[in-house]
Amino acid sequence: MSKQRIIVVGNGMVGHKFIDDVVKSENADQYEVITFSEEPRLAYDRVKLSSYFSGSSVDDLMLTSEEAYQNNGVVYTLSDKVVKIDHDAQTVTTASGRVEGYDKLILATGSYPFVPPIPGKDQPHCLVYRTIEDLEAITESAKQSKTGVVVGGGLLGLEAANALQNLGLDTHVIEFAPRLMAVQLDEGGGNLLRRKIEAMGVSVHTEKNTQQIVAGDECRYRMEFADGSHLDTDMIVFSAGIRPQDEIARNNGIDIGERGGIVIDNFCRTSVEDIYAIGECALWDSKIFGLVAPGYQMAKVALSHIQGGDEQFTGADMSTKLKLLGVDVASIGDAHARTPGAQTYTYEDGVKEVYKRMIVSEDGKKLLGAVLVGEAEAYGTLQQICVNNMDLPADPEQMILPQVEGGASVGMGVDALPDTAQLCSCLDVSKGDIVEAVQGGCTDMGGIKSCTGATTGCGGCTALVKQVMDNELENLGIEVKNDICEHFAYSRVELADIIRVKKIESFDELLQSHGTGLGCEICKPTVGSILASYWNEYVLSNNLVGLQDTNDIYLGNMQKDGTYSVVPRVAGGEITPDKLIVLGEVAKEYDLYTKITGGQRIDLFGAQLHQLPEIWRKLVDAGFETGHAYGKSLRTVKSCVGNTWCRYGVQDSVGMAIALEDRYKGLRSPHKIKFAVSGCTRECAEAQSKDIGVIATENGWNLYVCGNGGMRPRHGDLFATDLDDETLVKYIDRVLMFYIRTADRLQRTSVWLENLEGGLDYLRDVVINDKLNLGQELEDEMTHNIGKYQCEWKTTIESPEKLKRFSHFINAAEPDSSLAYVAERGQKRPAREEERKNQIPAVELAQ
Amino acid sequence: MSTATAENTEATWVKVCEKNSIAPDTGVCALVNGHQVAIFYSRQLDELFAVGNYDPLGKAYVLSRGLIGSQGERFCVASPLYKQHFDLRTGECLEEEGVSIPTYELKLEGDWISVRA
Repeated sequence: MSKQRIIVVGNGMVGHKFIDDVVKSENADQYEVITFSEEPRLAYDRVKLSSYFSGSSVDDLMLTSEEAYQNNGVVYTLSDKVVKIDHDAQTVTTASGRVEGYDKLILATGSYPFVPPIPGKDQPHCLVYRTIEDLEAITESAKQSKTGVVVGGGLLGLEAANALQNLGLDTHVIEFAPRLMAVQLDEGGGNLLRRKIEAMGVSVHTEKNTQQIVAGDECRYRMEFADGSHLDTDMIVFSAGIRPQDEIARNNGIDIGERGGIVIDNFCRTSVEDIYAIGECALWDSKIFGLVAPGYQMAKVALSHIQGGDEQFTGADMSTKLKLLGVDVASIGDAHARTPGAQTYTYEDGVKEVYKRMIVSEDGKKLLGAVLVGEAEAYGTLQQICVNNMDLPADPEQMILPQVEGGASVGMGVDALPDTAQLCSCLDVSKGDIVEAVQGGCTDMGGIKSCTGATTGCGGCTALVKQVMDNELENLGIEVKNDICEHFAYSRVELADIIRVKKIESFDELLQSHGTGLGCEICKPTVGSILASYWNEYVLSNNLVGLQDTNDIYLGNMQKDGTYSVVPRVAGGEITPDKLIVLGEVAKEYDLYTKITGGQRIDLFGAQLHQLPEIWRKLVDAGFETGHAYGKSLRTVKSCVGNTWCRYGVQDSVGMAIALEDRYKGLRSPHKIKFAVSGCTRECAEAQSKDIGVIATENGWNLYVCGNGGMRPRHGDLFATDLDDETLVKYIDRVLMFYIRTADRLQRTSVWLENLEGGLDYLRDVVINDKLNLGQELEDEMTHNIGKYQCEWKTTIESPEKLKRFSHFINAAEPDSSLAYVAERGQKRPAREEERKNQIPAVELAQ
Repeated sequence: MSTATAENTEATWVKVCEKNSIAPDTGVCALVNGHQVAIFYSRQLDELFAVGNYDPLGKAYVLSRGLIGSQGERFCVASPLYKQHFDLRTGECLEEEGVSIPTYELKLEGDWISVRA
């Protein structure tokens, strides 16, 4: 049987999606696919187009590559456009004169930007925002401009405005309607969006009808409006909506809607046999769908029909959620409350600039639509309730009320979702698809992604998809094997529970009752850490020393050559000149490489094992304590100088930082913990990147939790606001102890929170609302830990017995002769391999 | 105990330390005829082990400071630098085939440990 030949006219997102579906379909080998693109490159991600201005390259945006098409046997022609269709002969002719026959023809020509017929619109620097070439032209024009105007205050228009602002232009948005995003937002939402956007320096002009574009006074052009006003600008980007690119159909006898668009039926068939139209060029039920998700759906339906399936396109949910100029905006269903009898709930917070509105049915039982501006966390839940026509919970208003303190979080368990609920609208993945994938063996997000494609479009559904996956894993009783190592069939959390509940105080005791074998370098330090978290005994005591990891076991940070770095505690980063001098003297005496750390203290490198006690004796005598830089424990509490000196500070951030560091110093935990305290909202201490971040307000302290810098930066979440000192400490006690109780081994707070079922709301419930009735217990555990604090170095130097371990050789006083250093920038550093060879006389190397 | 002693011709027994000077389940380093020897004491096995102190992967004399424990049937030290395991009985590295550390003969006289290197 010869192959069926499908020609796809247009290689935009939807055209590519269709081809991708064909290639991935079971009987892909029965089709020969040819595609033509008017643009000079294959499909790219137009949804993320604006990221081109924030650094994405064209390659980043590409959805496929020529190589991928070649490998799949897809024949493509770029920069050539189909201009003629012969229905009877079933051939197409391109602008360059090429003629190709087809069995099935797919029109995926997309849309073009609508430019209002304003006199003067065709001049240089009057541009549109649609293709990569358009963006290149905008960038070029911006270089020669100071002021830029976007005509159109819709979704794309605001994206364009964002681009112009990023390009450094004085940016204006001109909108014909009385508000921004008039299609998606109601008046309240539109007004707030306007306010927020104006606060960012973009000028918004609504109800402006441009009459003509003439030469300007101060700028290149002047736009004259119907109301007599005018605005001078150097360049103009038109983004006043899209029009279906239906020329090919129009010129070749295929039915077109009154106002354009290629008419299709539920199977995406046009009026001519064997010709389909999909995406933004298609008109279904007199509607054009200007989003990518419905386009993808049409691609699927058309292919299904070609392959004899019966899938139908029956409209699409036009809900959207996006970030415009940094503002979260979401619109769901009947955002304008046009349904007869519709009632509304509105929440407006002028201070925090949040607007939320729910539109519900006359009987108050169903959600018809919603508008969210400034904060759109509820989008996923609301959209699912709306689309699936689910019953609203008893107090629906809770869904849009803030959840900071007191209010119970009214979520919607994913269990309640029907299997047909579409979670990922870009790739059309339903809850059922996810459940099936989990049952088929996908147990992590990576697997779900490659198996179902979910979350690989805009990514907006990630949280929801993960919830469904986790829920299904739980339903199946599949526990991702979380044994800590071969010696314990328990996770860290379970071991922590066992140790706490059974009051186990040694590794041997735990191994005998719950383990097997002899232990290893994974379970020993983990158990050592848990024992320290709960009982906080001296870590070098005889029954604990063998559990300590590389750094803890000698109370220093081992460097690559086996020497150690020494970090005394400098609480809050505050240090007296005298103490600084001591550090300098010690560093000089022992020739230690000296560096300031990221946590506002001083690191002295290159101390040999036998030198550690001598060094620490001097430091302890000078009033220093160990800094626990070697421990998975509280490291530092960084601070800015605060209101004692700073003109802007509103609280004593240094004082608070020192108090917190003193309170939690030595607290061993699943991983290291970093704090910071800022004295005002300028946030000079960068508290939002810390596990615990505290930022001063006029009224007290705002507490942020679970931030991180490092490998995977995460902004801390605002946990509670305007706390007094006592409450602040109480909450931190509880958060940290709860973290110690429930985190995995070597899991930072950021990842812990992301994996904590119920997330931030749940953590608030536990800590603030004391939902588990654990608050007192957690505080007591912390009190116990703090009560047992000791400076481990002080204890060590006072014990001749313990000091014996601090020598390189047990039977000789000499140091490790293999150490070699060279000077660099006035200090020493370990010699490199090649430097060593030249420098050191024959050193014994183990054979 | 297997022997893969250094080729050093003058391998002799050297008394290094008392057993009770090694904290339980930890190691110490002894200088034996110019060789750095890591000696470990496992309380659970009540057994002593002597291997080279040099970590051939981390390229530093640090193995005596590593954590000891079992990997299946093997009893190992994990390098304190990058955590590769070395079998304390054979010297083999579990992660890198072909890499090994020397093992040394060791004997206990009363409480005194002697190593031959």
